[in-house]
Amino acid sequence: MPDAITGAGYAQERLVLEPVAPLALPDFIEIWRHRDLLLTLAARDLKVRYKQTALGVLWIVLQPLLGAGILTYVFGEIANVRAPGGLPIFLLSFSGMVVWSAFSSTISRTASALIGNAQLISKVYFPRLILPLSTILSTLVDVLVMLPMLAIFCIVYRWQPPWTIVFFPWFILIAMALGSGIGTWMAGLAVKYRDVQYVLPVITQTLFWASPIAYGASRVGKHRTLYFLNPLAGTIEGFRWSVLGVGFISPWEIFYTAATAAVAMAVGYFWFSRMERSFADVI
Amino acid sequence: MSSEVVISAQGLGKLYEIQRGQKGHLTLRETFMRRLQHPFERPAKEQFWALRDVSFDIRAGDVVGIIGRNGAGKSTLLKVLSRITAPTEGRVELVGRVGSLLEVGTGFHPELTGRENVFLNGAILGMRRVEIARRFDEIVDFAGVQQFIDTPVKKYSSGMYVRLAFAVAAHLETEILIVDEVLAVGDIDFQRKCLGKMQEVAGSGRTVLFVSHNMSAVQRLCQRAILLRTGKLVCAGGVDDVVREYLGHLRDSAATAFTGENPDRVGNGVLRITGARVLNELGHQATHVRAGQPATLEFTYRNPSGSRSANMFMTVYNQLGSACTQFDMSLNHQSVKELGETGTIRCRIPSVPFPLGEYRIAVAVDVDGEHADLVPNALVFSVESSTFFETPRTPPATYCAVMVQHDWEHEVGVGEEKVATAGMG
Repeated sequence: MPDAITGAGYAQERLVLEPVAPLALPDFIEIWRHRDLLLTLAARDLKVRYKQTALGVLWIVLQPLLGAGILTYVFGEIANVRAPGGLPIFLLSFSGMVVWSAFSSTISRTASALIGNAQLISKVYFPRLILPLSTILSTLVDVLVMLPMLAIFCIVYRWQPPWTIVFFPWFILIAMALGSGIGTWMAGLAVKYRDVQYVLPVITQTLFWASPIAYGASRVGKHRTLYFLNPLAGTIEGFRWSVLGVGFISPWEIFYTAATAAVAMAVGYFWFSRMERSFADVI
Repeated sequence: MSSEVVISAQGLGKLYEIQRGQKGHLTLRETFMRRLQHPFERPAKEQFWALRDVSFDIRAGDVVGIIGRNGAGKSTLLKVLSRITAPTEGRVELVGRVGSLLEVGTGFHPELTGRENVFLNGAILGMRRVEIARRFDEIVDFAGVQQFIDTPVKKYSSGMYVRLAFAVAAHLETEILIVDEVLAVGDIDFQRKCLGKMQEVAGSGRTVLFVSHNMSAVQRLCQRAILLRTGKLVCAGGVDDVVREYLGHLRDSAATAFTGENPDRVGNGVLRITGARVLNELGHQATHVRAGQPATLEFTYRNPSGSRSANMFMTVYNQLGSACTQFDMSLNHQSVKELGETGTIRCRIPSVPFPLGEYRIAVAVDVDGEHADLVPNALVFSVESSTFFETPRTPPATYCAVMVQHDWEHEVGVGEEKVATAGMG
């Protein structure tokens, strides 16, 4: 007798629980099944973020403005840096900030995704990768707000973007993939070692100054190869090249940034999946 | 009628490892430094099997209680079955969707509205968005928070909060449901409603696993039960047999309560309780006392550290595992002063207030604010007759932890209408 409640009489899911295999791969089918949870958690992060700040949604606009503003003042006025190709310093730093926030917001939100949800992990089952993945939406919203702002500033400064602008999503994607890969790995590590969360700001601080955010990478002279080992250098330069037509990036550098992002994601997600079923035991 | 096996556990084991001397969480810095100082040495680990060699089958439609003392492995079993943590050995096969409620309101966010939290919590419990939307009105109705559904839950009273949280959980429609003592929340009315809902779920043909310390709830809801002791399965079968086995063991364990083998005993040992007995109204040692009559609880101690003073307190539990009352020296600004090397402490109860049944006493001694000794199964006694009320009857233990003397009055009529309505009576 088929029964709507018990499902008896229908084909049923069969689930086997066993000790963790040493080679566990990310189970994307299981994540797809939990897509509603992924979206709901992402929506929660967004809602909570703007309910908790007094300025609310305004903050999302103010933050990059302040960041680019202070960089323009320090580099343009005090240090008297010249942007390549006569680009206004503000456009230079704002475009740098777009890619930088895509990366840094992703990595910092992702890295704290597990500790911030310890209660969920110890009380409910779901594929744990959902937590680091759910933070991406928040960052995406930030970036989607910054892009039209960048367009407005281009109009204000009468700067004509070249046709290569069609490539810009690629560089945002690379920055976020890089942040998500490293962040996911750190999120898992932070469950076991709580001091990981204090290491992250040091790393991002260093990367910030090692990346061409408020200056053009063309100013980097003899250490160029070393400089471009930082995958963000190529990504930011690439974004600026595509959107503003300024700066130079070689195909080799484009390939290198993409490969780094792919490796970061593969290693981060793979390592995370190997650890995820023990998170509830240590968190 | 033998239905299909839907949960089958074979040789299930869960091992926990703690690094020796570890307090709280590990840090990268310490791990790094240790590797530098002792490059070839692996840190010593303490191993602990929370579950070992547990095998059982559960059939579709069974409502099964999981019982056992603290640390018996109940929570670990639930966590393994609900996929929160992986087993270390063995395997489990589950047929059908599994939903687990180890806590009410997991993931509730204070800044979000009731509506938003229903969808959030539902998704966390594994419900699809359409499923929640379909049952949304039902959930809100059950919780009784219609007017406040678009208010942030931080403005809710704790009662409303719990009701809404339970309402979401109660509408989880999985074939297998795993529940951990979520009934122990909310006010009495709501608890009754929850129990009713649980009974409805239990009667609906779904498979339910239910962990609780409340034996009467277990006996009311479940047909079958599993008893765990120190990570091992002791017995599985009909609920009444298993509960009897559990309570019997609890009673037997009182015989070895003061030996070193008592696994439930904790404390730093600066003072040790060495024995306990019950004296009846005549001052004789007894296994049973009479309600309404005096009784004395007597404890002997040994004081190897030469401590000067201590505070003793105890909790009385009934056969359902519920705490009835607590006796505590410090409540009356009392304490034991000028302790000897050994000694005897007595607690006099002028009139035993417990209904008929079996009781267990957990006793603890604090020295300098720390547990010196805590024996959860120190003493077992029964109340077999009563002179508490004018009849020898006492309320059933399910409705009464301690008895209170009371008087009844009656007047005809209500308030000011008393006189006017008196004649109509």
